[in-house]
Amino acid sequence: MNPLETISGTIIAGVVLTIILAYLIYLIAG
Amino acid sequence: MENLILSLDRWIHLLSGITWIGLLYYFNFVQVPAMAAAAADKGGPGPAAISKYVAPRALLWFRWAAVVTWLSGAVYLHSAGVYSLHGAFTLGIGQHNLALTTIGMGAWLGTIMIFNVWVLIWPNQKKILGLVMATDEEKARARRVAFLASRTNTMLSIPMLMFMGAAAHGLPY
Repeated sequence: MNPLETISGTIIAGVVLTIILAYLIYLIAG
Repeated sequence: MENLILSLDRWIHLLSGITWIGLLYYFNFVQVPAMAAAAADKGGPGPAAISKYVAPRALLWFRWAAVVTWLSGAVYLHSAGVYSLHGAFTLGIGQHNLALTTIGMGAWLGTIMIFNVWVLIWPNQKKILGLVMATDEEKARARRVAFLASRTNTMLSIPMLMFMGAAAHGLPY
């Protein structure tokens, strides 16, 4: 199921994406 | 004088950004569920008033706030000594500058979001609201694309706000 169908799924996807991108930033600039 | 202009620009960026994302959250958390509830409520007033009087005004502020936010952000990246437009959009790769990489990530997310507003949400909303001609089939497809683009922006706003704030105030690590 597409997580964007629901508000809770959208927020969870946003938080997961934040963690992934924060790790990417750590790799690039850390 | 330069500090004054930069401060005003940053202030405009925050104000327009709140207007943009505030309306984005209004659409996702309030208007979309309200339209569904109004359509399902057979004895009620229906969703027409929302689409006629509320949605066009909300969309007007929404899409132009997005433009002001992006432009004022680009001016800030270009003019503030600690950043650069090119450095931010290349994520500060090779520069080992955490603030530049962080603001760059926020800038990329914001740029994807303004693309979604002007290329996916607004042209499809014009069909949904009847501002341009569309068949029922085209309207149904426009509804789906606009909905998913809006939800995508809501998702992207979560890391975008984290990184915009973190550029000045630091990440959790």
